[in-house]
Amino acid sequence: FSSLFHHCLSLYHPSISDSYERRNEGASRVIGTILGTIDKHSIEVTNCFSVPHNESEDEVAVDMEFAKNMYELHKRVSPTEVIVGWYATGFDITEHSVLIHEYYSREATNPIHLTVDTALQSGKMNIRAYVSAQMGVPGKTVGVMFTPLSVKYVYYDTERIGVDLLQRIRLATNRTKGLTSDLSQVGGAAARVQDMLATVLAYIEDVLSGKVTADNSVGRFLMDLVNKVPTISAEDFENMLNSNINDLLMVTYLSNLTQAQIALNEKLLLL
Amino acid sequence: MSTNQHGASGPAQYQKSNCFLVLSQVVLKIIKHYQEEGQGSEVVQGVLLGLVVDDRLEITNCFPFPQHTEDDADFDEVQYQMEMMRSLRHVNIDHLHVGWYQSTLYGSFVSRALLDSQFSYQHAIEESVVLIYDPIKTSQGSLSLKAYRLTPKLMEICKEKDFTPEGLKKANIGFEHMFEEVPIVIKNSHLINVLMWELEDKSTVSDKHELLNLSSSNHLEKSLQLLMDRVDDMSQEIVKYNTYSRNLSKQQQQKHQYLQRRQQENAQRQTRGEASLPEEDITKMFKPPQPPPRMDTLLIAGQINNYCQNVKEFTSQNLGKLFMAEALQGHN
Repeated sequence: FSSLFHHCLSLYHPSISDSYERRNEGASRVIGTILGTIDKHSIEVTNCFSVPHNESEDEVAVDMEFAKNMYELHKRVSPTEVIVGWYATGFDITEHSVLIHEYYSREATNPIHLTVDTALQSGKMNIRAYVSAQMGVPGKTVGVMFTPLSVKYVYYDTERIGVDLLQRIRLATNRTKGLTSDLSQVGGAAARVQDMLATVLAYIEDVLSGKVTADNSVGRFLMDLVNKVPTISAEDFENMLNSNINDLLMVTYLSNLTQAQIALNEKLLLL
Repeated sequence: MSTNQHGASGPAQYQKSNCFLVLSQVVLKIIKHYQEEGQGSEVVQGVLLGLVVDDRLEITNCFPFPQHTEDDADFDEVQYQMEMMRSLRHVNIDHLHVGWYQSTLYGSFVSRALLDSQFSYQHAIEESVVLIYDPIKTSQGSLSLKAYRLTPKLMEICKEKDFTPEGLKKANIGFEHMFEEVPIVIKNSHLINVLMWELEDKSTVSDKHELLNLSSSNHLEKSLQLLMDRVDDMSQEIVKYNTYSRNLSKQQQQKHQYLQRRQQENAQRQTRGEASLPEEDITKMFKPPQPPPRMDTLLIAGQINNYCQNVKEFTSQNLGKLFMAEALQGHN
């Protein structure tokens, strides 16, 4: 189990941040359960929910009833998800974590513990995963050590697109963005490709003028790129292009016609 | 609720929420729900939670509804909802029910079921909306999430359940006035911004250029197929309506003729000095034909409109892409 990694779908992270933002007064961190599926060597985390808890100097209380209930409810929707561990916001692992971890080891075999550094103690939001291991002298003092796991992010296609949109929102002022539609989307995508091409061109210029040493592998990629544009005779391409454009125009015309027809029908009925 | 009563006369007063804010986690949760549970089945649904801030509706969280399976005969949806909301309240998540979401394939969501659900939601909560998520369009490159609400006119009609042609004529409803779309704005909180910076560093998957894919005629074919089916349905409804109006006019004629004959006979009897025949109740004799309910026609018209819009959007995008391809070839 030492080479266990841990794919995690990025989408539940915003829920963790959200729960952190909504924590009770005086609570310094938030904990919750994470759900997912277990594969042979990796655990895939797909969902999470927060669990109310109280933490003070010497004791910690977790609302276990609540955790059980929520898990039942979630199981109704996605029956394949199981409890794979728990998360906590904050940078370090405290002694209380050990206790909470023990509780979760009753629920799941070898649970993982995730820390999300929402207080940005190290300047970034560090997301780490740990698994516990026994250590110490057997029979005498036994302790628990948390060993880190490697974390990888995996996305579905549609999720990737959602995350891209959120990335763009991050760059926008006011942190908001409406959803564009139609041609402006194609325009946006084309602009992005153009930017990338500009970067590549700048690099080529640098190599040509000797500022940067040429790299063979990059050169080969560039060859591939240029060869990707298929060489078709101009006439054939014209034909293909025209027939495609004709198809699209015909479909547009037909849909306009249909819309006019139903509008007319409506007006006639209301006479 | 009081604003709702002014609905028919002053649409300006109704527009309490002109746009609305959706937090990013809601978007991701909806996408995930469809991805995991929706493959192959019709629709996935869920509930939206949030609150009203100033004149905007903010959606801050959501949770999915389980599918209806056969072995869950005694499954209580309301109970599930109540429990979820209660639990979420414990962790300080906004538990106000503000709407619901549904996934759709190729834009075919205008149906009786949707109308009924949305009506019951909007009746209880004035601001509620339904978010329609189109996964096929999203996988083609751009997130397709739209928010709809029933217009006040349609709310009035649904309340009275008066779906006859006369009722609709009175309210002057066309299919364009059924749903109104509310523009959506997606917002990231600060922490999520930080998260996004993190993810950009860590994620290895490069930006997919699905949007610039030229080979999407499959989508077009399916959309057109659905459009054709709807148009067929529509023509059937129209035929029904035509037969009804023909029957009605025939009946009018028959009534007229009967009355005339009666009058003639009465006149003759009077000249002969006999008592005139009593005026029989003609309505009992000629039962008026049942006018067909117009609601289905309206829905179909709305659906056709929707398909046409989608097709047009799709073709305009494709035309742009084709011209781009031409430019590439030109410089080759």
